[in-house]
Amino acid sequence: MSALPMADAKAATVTRFRVAVYESTGAEPLDAGVRGDLVAALLAKGYAVTVVRPGATLARFTAGTLVVLGRFTEAKPLEAADGPVAIHFRDVATLTAAQAVEVVDGLRGGEALTKPGAWKPWFPVIDYDRCTNCMQCLSFCLFDVYAVSADKKIQVQNQTKCKTDCPACSRVCPEVAILFPKYRHGPINGDVIGADDVRREVMKVDISALLGGDIYQALRDRSAKSKSRFAKERDEDRALEERQKCLVALGKSLEIPPEVFASLPSIDEIRTKADQAAARATAALADR
Amino acid sequence: MTTPLDVIAPRVLYCHCAYAAVVPKATKEAVLRGLTDAGVAFDAVPDLCELSARRDPVLGDLTGDGPTKLVACYPRAVKWLFHAAGVELSQNIEVLNMRTDTPDAILADVLGTPRPLVEVTA
Ligand code: SF4
Ligand code: SF4
Repeated sequence: MSALPMADAKAATVTRFRVAVYESTGAEPLDAGVRGDLVAALLAKGYAVTVVRPGATLARFTAGTLVVLGRFTEAKPLEAADGPVAIHFRDVATLTAAQAVEVVDGLRGGEALTKPGAWKPWFPVIDYDRCTNCMQCLSFCLFDVYAVSADKKIQVQNQTKCKTDCPACSRVCPEVAILFPKYRHGPINGDVIGADDVRREVMKVDISALLGGDIYQALRDRSAKSKSRFAKERDEDRALEERQKCLVALGKSLEIPPEVFASLPSIDEIRTKADQAAARATAALADR
Repeated sequence: MTTPLDVIAPRVLYCHCAYAAVVPKATKEAVLRGLTDAGVAFDAVPDLCELSARRDPVLGDLTGDGPTKLVACYPRAVKWLFHAAGVELSQNIEVLNMRTDTPDAILADVLGTPRPLVEVTA
């Protein structure tokens, strides 16, 4: 799947857009089946939805666009405004769920909402109750997903650069502090961490130690060896094959999907990135 | 100024986990259908992970300060997803896990509890 074009948007650039299925004062309740179909269809299209029932109403909504759908018994203006909130009322009494969603799509218009499903939200999340700020993840990741905050703390900064379904950095974290909420298995998916899990993860780090203490160093050495061996023979194909074999072996032990390898930078770029990340990690650790 | 909608806020937040099959489809559909059939007020988002990645301010709006039943997945994952978006979950928020619990258990928990009343600020 492709990454979102949002390029790690910050809150300021996010458009607030919410749909209220309104069944309170001035409106009739929808039939349960209609309500269910409508809410499911809106969610499937990527809209945040609030079902408003008598005696209860919207959660806080302080700015943005609010579309209010209902079977209104009182006349409602098509458009209204409440400070920074633009409100659109639309009667859905005669509409199917699909037609009501079309109405909402029309009101969304050119507003820059994320296209639903354009990106599987796969990225690391740090459990700061466990993280010791050792910076191993920063040194390990080749795709600039991690960064150091102004107060020298590790943070995930470029979520959309993470490679879908690749949980490799969580395997090199010695504290089992990296989660991927959409991962299949615990504890990486956020499940409770047992003593065995900690032991197992530490063993995984030992695997990398076996490769020379630094996985990318091992990759570089391996590549350098193959380069020198094959340079003479001018056999770049075999050098590439050697490198790929090495990567596949690492991929298996760290559960890196093959697609990640397809998008891996060249060995020279890996060398540069690894050196840059190591320098950033060293600087952050030295400044603490 | 208050809108005619400002009365009381629902404090149930349901995550549809739309963009991956980690929450069993049957579970999320049964929970959603249970909520809509019961005719209760609630908030629903397509995918909390995606909102967190975007640092979407809607996360702060939807949790607020009052007690909330948040129906999603593992509590540790949800807590740190919100943290990553700059929103700290209050002690009042209880996370119900659709990856491990049955729809019946979740619905009994959510629907069996009177919803607290919270003023809205919009
Ligand atoms: S490797 Fe783990 S403990 Fe170390 S900084 Fe990264 S998240 Fe924190
Ligand atoms: S928070 Fe959990 S349930 Fe919600 S989208 Fe993320 S993984 Fe799915």
